[in-house]
Amino acid sequence: MTIIIKFFALGRELVGANELHVDLPEKASVHDALERLQTEHPKLAQLPSFLVALNAEYAERNATLKNGDELAIIPPVSGG
Amino acid sequence: MIDVQLSESPLDTAAIIASVQDERCGAVDVFIGTVRNQTKGKAVQRLEYEVYAPMALKVMREICAEAEERWNTIAIAAHHRYGVIETGDIAVVVSVSTPHRADAFAACQYIIDTLKERVPIWKKEFFDDGEVWVMPHA
Repeated sequence: MTIIIKFFALGRELVGANELHVDLPEKASVHDALERLQTEHPKLAQLPSFLVALNAEYAERNATLKNGDELAIIPPVSGG
Repeated sequence: MIDVQLSESPLDTAAIIASVQDERCGAVDVFIGTVRNQTKGKAVQRLEYEVYAPMALKVMREICAEAEERWNTIAIAAHHRYGVIETGDIAVVVSVSTPHRADAFAACQYIIDTLKERVPIWKKEFFDDGEVWVMPHA
């Protein structure tokens, strides 16, 4: 299956892309996707912390992914 | 009534305030967030706001709904700008109308405080000698 991973702010600059399409085995979790990401984009470790959103909602890292999901890496927010 | 918006063009504070006014209300509270010209003594040239739009709108709506549930509000508007914003410009406006003023103050403060913690919007400060993503909650 393929998921889309979106990046914003410092995360986007570290990865050098707004989004990536990533192939993962069926029933992979958010955690699995993050492991893959950190292997392929070690610079992401420079983010002091981040949350994840699955299909535009904050999600836990043990959440199961399905084909077509949109996973977003959310660096510490600073709106307002 | 809940109205949340993201805008690349300047926010019209008067129009936002007018949009929440209602004859049942005795109070309208408004918070206007503006861009400071310095951070820790260092001159800021401008800001750039980046937004994850579909999620930001969803989370802003959730926060306003939480305020609506907790206090006796009639109408709530929360508008946030994105893109390049110059110092002195308005970045965010929250306006709440309520029958009595205590609810207006409390709901307005809850919305802006929670927005800053939870809504996926990021600001980058540009200085003379560089630029930095602001991370107050890192």
